[in-house]
Amino acid sequence: MAMRKFLNDPEQLVKEALVGVELAHSDLLRFDRENQLLISKSAPRQGKVALISGGGSGHEPLHGGFVGVGMLDAACAGEVFTSPVPDQMLAATKAVDGGAGVVHIVKNYTGDVLNFKMAADEAADEGIKVEAVVMDDDVAVQDSLYTAGRRGVGATVLAEKIAGAAAERGDDLAAVAGLVRHVNERARSFGIALSSCTPPASGKPIFDLPEGEMEVGIGIHGEPGRRRAPLGTASEIAELMVEAVISDLKPASGANLLVFLNGMGGTPQIELYLMFAEVEARLSKAGYKTTRSLVGSYITSLEMAGASLTVLELSDATTALWDAPVNTPALRWGV
Amino acid sequence: MDAATITTWMNEIAGAVRAERDYLIQLDAAIGDGDHGINMTRGFDAVVRALAQEEDGTPGKLLTLAGKTLVSSVGGASGPLWGSALRRGGRALGDAPTFDDEKLVEALEAALASVVDLGAAVLGDKTMVDALQPAVTTLRREVDAGTVLPVSLRRAAEAAEVGMRATIPLQARKGRASYLGERSVGHQDPGATSTALIVRALERTVAGSQ
Repeated sequence: MAMRKFLNDPEQLVKEALVGVELAHSDLLRFDRENQLLISKSAPRQGKVALISGGGSGHEPLHGGFVGVGMLDAACAGEVFTSPVPDQMLAATKAVDGGAGVVHIVKNYTGDVLNFKMAADEAADEGIKVEAVVMDDDVAVQDSLYTAGRRGVGATVLAEKIAGAAAERGDDLAAVAGLVRHVNERARSFGIALSSCTPPASGKPIFDLPEGEMEVGIGIHGEPGRRRAPLGTASEIAELMVEAVISDLKPASGANLLVFLNGMGGTPQIELYLMFAEVEARLSKAGYKTTRSLVGSYITSLEMAGASLTVLELSDATTALWDAPVNTPALRWGV
Repeated sequence: MDAATITTWMNEIAGAVRAERDYLIQLDAAIGDGDHGINMTRGFDAVVRALAQEEDGTPGKLLTLAGKTLVSSVGGASGPLWGSALRRGGRALGDAPTFDDEKLVEALEAALASVVDLGAAVLGDKTMVDALQPAVTTLRREVDAGTVLPVSLRRAAEAAEVGMRATIPLQARKGRASYLGERSVGHQDPGATSTALIVRALERTVAGSQ
């Protein structure tokens, strides 16, 4: 069966899409075709700590959509669902370093961690200060010495925004990296899929999901989740997500929360708002205050239907950094 | 064995992963994200192109170049793991224009050590180590016992395949399949599968030249 996708040549998809990003957002960023990077027009800035991230493609707008002012200075794009290579991260690091050091925001997948590590070692050899922080906020995966650990998912978006704002106001390398770590420690995520997705290069859905069932505890690469369950109502699914996230995060009683209800790529905004209402009602009933929110598809898995919930326990400091101006293709306020 | 052995081996691997591309994709789709066949094909095709442009390298230099090419072209976990493995193997071969059985074993031992260092996986974690370690251990034992190399490599390739099949009942503890927990049980590991192809390609390379 033919794929229902806009394609010329699957192998050229990532490059061709990045050309589009550059053309659509030429005021904010440029496309380095050789290294497959999106680089902020404002980078490098002397004395400002720079932030880079990257990962496989297919999660748009993550990460390229967050390159601009007040968030990322560069994003490295790998093939679909495949970590970029160290050459890309090294090139990005050199392109954005303004002398104050570079923070690498790395999602916890074996490939991403290994490739970023090789790049950080090479950057250090060339005299660039790099602090890498690995994000691992997905509560669906048990963390132990005997697994690859939890996956980095929704909290990555929040960390990029909050730490990006800190870099913008002039925080030093240790402080900016510390904020990424703080967000990772005070945020948890959990995802549900209602369909699989089809990577263009293989042309086949990653898994088969019969009607009336859902995958519970998914990541962002179309991989199956921890278990399969009968499809519940939005209310039941919200209950499941809130319970998973809150029981692990254990926010202080009455805490202020940033609630991020994320679409996986194939779920319409109307359903995301419905889910947000369900989630918010439960959090409020449990005595928490949803003081900030983000609802939309920001870290996706191609055309997968589904949603993930990320909850960040806010402090006054992180609230102010969240509110600070940001100007990127995918997040823009206060400018 | 000389530089041509390395080039032939890399060509053999490229042919094998291309032939098994869809099978590797299918294995990876079950417990990962389905790109292993695509990534390995892209990587070893790039290696073949890089080696074709290298006129007169030593075996060590060619193997190192192959490793660097994988690091720069594959991404994912396989890129750094196989890339570092071949680079370390290349360094173990040194600058000599030829290498003997003992040097070959040392290169593969260095490659295995690199994978274990970088990936922190041990036998039984349902990874490429489950195929590579038995292959290297077998090769060391056979070469020390004075078995002729084609036979030693045949036994090493068989050991890799036994290890590969032994991943089926295992629950993954490293890599992307580990996210599935118990659901990873019952599936053969794609990384162990491509590793068995790589060892089998070495056997064919040596058998064909002797």
